[in-house]
Amino acid sequence: MARAAVEPGLRPLAWEMRGRVALALAFVLLAALPFVLPLLGAQAVVGLATRMLIYAIAAASLNLILGYAGLVSFGHAAYYGVGAYVVGILYAHWASDEPLLGLVPGTDQFLLAVPAAVIVSGLAALVLGALSLRTSGVQFIMITLAFAQMLFFLFVSLDHYGGDDGLIMRRPNALLGLNLRDDATMYLVALGALALYLLLLSRIVRSRFGRVLSGIRQDERRVIALGIEPYPYKLAAFVIAGMGAGLAGALMANMTRFVSPDMLHWTKSGEFMIMVILGGVGSLFGPVLGAACLIGLEYVLAGLTEDWQFYLGPLLVLVVLFARGGLSGLLGRRAGVGGSDG
Amino acid sequence: MAEPVLRIEGLVKRFGGLLATNELSLDVGPGEIHALIGPNGAGKSTAIAQIAGELPSDSGRILFEGRDLAGLSGAARARLGLGRTFQVPRLLEDDTALDNVALAIQARQGHSFRFWADARRDAGLRGPAMAALERAALADRAETRVADLSHGEHKQLELAVALALGPRMLLLDEPMAGLGATESRQMTAILQGLKGQVAMLLVEHDMDAVFALADRVTVLVYGRAIATGLPEEIRADPEVRAAYLTEGDA
Amino acid sequence: MSLILEQILNGLQLGVTLFLLAAGLTLVFGIMGVINLAHGSLFMVGAYAAAWAAGRTGSYALGALAGLAAAALIGILVEFVVLRRLYDRNHLDQVLATFGLILFFNQGTAMLFGRQPLFVDMPALLSGAVEIIPGVPYPVYRLAVIAVGLLVAAGLYLLINHTRIGMLVRAGATNREMVRALGVDVRLLYTLVFGLGALLAGLAGLMAGPLSSVQVGMGENILILTFVVVVIGGIGSVRGAVFGALLVGLADTLLRAFLPGLLRGVMAGPEADALGAGISSMGVYLLMAVVLLLRPRGLFPAHG
Repeated sequence: MARAAVEPGLRPLAWEMRGRVALALAFVLLAALPFVLPLLGAQAVVGLATRMLIYAIAAASLNLILGYAGLVSFGHAAYYGVGAYVVGILYAHWASDEPLLGLVPGTDQFLLAVPAAVIVSGLAALVLGALSLRTSGVQFIMITLAFAQMLFFLFVSLDHYGGDDGLIMRRPNALLGLNLRDDATMYLVALGALALYLLLLSRIVRSRFGRVLSGIRQDERRVIALGIEPYPYKLAAFVIAGMGAGLAGALMANMTRFVSPDMLHWTKSGEFMIMVILGGVGSLFGPVLGAACLIGLEYVLAGLTEDWQFYLGPLLVLVVLFARGGLSGLLGRRAGVGGSDG
Repeated sequence: MAEPVLRIEGLVKRFGGLLATNELSLDVGPGEIHALIGPNGAGKSTAIAQIAGELPSDSGRILFEGRDLAGLSGAARARLGLGRTFQVPRLLEDDTALDNVALAIQARQGHSFRFWADARRDAGLRGPAMAALERAALADRAETRVADLSHGEHKQLELAVALALGPRMLLLDEPMAGLGATESRQMTAILQGLKGQVAMLLVEHDMDAVFALADRVTVLVYGRAIATGLPEEIRADPEVRAAYLTEGDA
Repeated sequence: MSLILEQILNGLQLGVTLFLLAAGLTLVFGIMGVINLAHGSLFMVGAYAAAWAAGRTGSYALGALAGLAAAALIGILVEFVVLRRLYDRNHLDQVLATFGLILFFNQGTAMLFGRQPLFVDMPALLSGAVEIIPGVPYPVYRLAVIAVGLLVAAGLYLLINHTRIGMLVRAGATNREMVRALGVDVRLLYTLVFGLGALLAGLAGLMAGPLSSVQVGMGENILILTFVVVVIGGIGSVRGAVFGALLVGLADTLLRAFLPGLLRGVMAGPEADALGAGISSMGVYLLMAVVLLLRPRGLFPAHG
């Protein structure tokens, strides 16, 4: 399930080629899915698969900081929610034809709203990350959680945008004449976004920047002894991850045509972490599998019993306690992820 | 004597009521190997940590090439050319030996805010990193994961990583610790080869290595320097013999 | 003036509730090095057990006993079954496993008691109000909560500073290895500390019952606020927990009570209300941000 964070050394070119062919094949198969499923009478599954893809983006973004940099952020849903709200709020202002704060006109254009969501989430991650990263270990966990809760309450208090009840979009964003209400179209957009984000991440984790992140995860004191200040690298990773979560949130807003403070709820942050761990920390495709697993498991359990969380909870405890090494044991090998300071 | 590369004056570190270093003063000249010896708990590692900027000092000054290091982070000190090795090797265990040295080369070349190109295929990193491994007699282990290296190879790699930074001074925290006789001799030979090129502050328990390498020796007991001098002077010093024989583990 | 006094007392009352939770959380972290997200579940367990027993017997006192017993027992059980296996794990494992416990406890509670909030009657003895200064009535129950909280704080102070267990606790908070090296029965010490933390969380929960509704999820809302307290106070420090809790309790209460009114003085009513509500709900988090900027390790850092 989980694989080593980074394969040592260079893989031979033949392997690399084979890997690329397999990837391309997987992509084609996934792209064919929304056309195959209806033939099997499983039209409804397309929506579920889209949710998996969108959550996979959020989980992959969390994996950059959690898996590659070893930063246990428990507030990742905040950036996901911010991304969703940017789309929702811009749409609301477009619909009411009142500029935001009298300055920024609203929009229903996908190509404006989604990049705006990504940028605003990144800015939120920049500010909150700059503060949170002044701490480490267990304080960092608590602080990221607390700041996410702060944003949760902020959106709850925004009565103008529905407060507790959230904000309904009458239509999804307009994208080049595509109909995002159509399940297959939305699915393909999400798949494209996921593929692009994974491509970006795959470059980042192999780059010089990625090498520094990996060093920070494995042994921060070693990296400092090399003359590298970890803080700016952690912060940059935090921002890139926040932007990814914002992208996921913006897509989810388009899919469900609804945003609410629940998207920033701390349990959502917990779910993102579970996805990363289930799929295998620090591997590129792990979070994709993890997201598919968790969403699928929730779907199946919820079909069996209303009280599925009662069973998911202990299952999670068991996975952590007994699936050692395969999971976060990979991370904590040395001074790893917020490893207890004892 | 020429202007020292490193000069420390009146260095103090308290842990609660305990003085880990107590008014410690010493200097290291250009190309000199200055050994810091003393029984366990004498404050040698604390002194290294203070110089490297990992532990803040309660008082005292640290001058590196005439520059006061107060307020500089550990990373900033490393960038000035103050390299170090750790007593228990701190290496990136999941990565290869080459990766470890390459990260040092990368750090030396400036910032690492490059997000796209594959660092492992970067000739500008691989070339110098391979060269550094060759100097440390580790070239054949380049693609081996650090976790699979022997303890002696860990120690060699530590040194290779420190050297890859192109330091003007090395803080060596027990480079011989845990090495067998052959490995110790090999490490001594490597350090001998560097003598004169880079100044070193050598903390070491292996007295054969100390007396083979050191130009000067300072003896630390309970955080205080009780003697500084040429190796033969230290060897003959009755106070040193007493301290070592009573506290002794050397 | 009287309104301000009343709100200060309300703030104190929130503060002592937070303190009861923060003390357990920070001790458990300080000594065992475990971050326990399920600490809020023990708060909920205390509240539910007390509400249920009081409803059954008609006696608040019996309810309180049941709340304390349930929280302590379940706490010790959780330590024995799960937490004990997490002491040597990294924080990520601890977070995930205790997150799993939260899901279990929340859903389990919903299955037993339903999703509807329970309401708990004030004990008759404490249900009235007294005039704290002439013309200013204040509920006796809230005063009692403050008194209990302050008594517990004083008791903890004595326990930690003047007993052998306290000595071990202090030593453990600064140097975990040392306590292990002292040859103390560490397992027993850990269980005791965890049980004590659970007891305090249960006490906070059962006292909160009559003041707010008892419902699933109540533990996590206050747990996150408790994190803020611990971060502000300095992790592992009981003194920090006291100051952090009072600071957060007062700041949160006073901002919510007075900020909208103050803003209404400078802008239109509805906008002032909206902005006031937004800022005051974020207030304590902004306070935490300021503390972080000035003192990244909190106001009273415990670890060297």
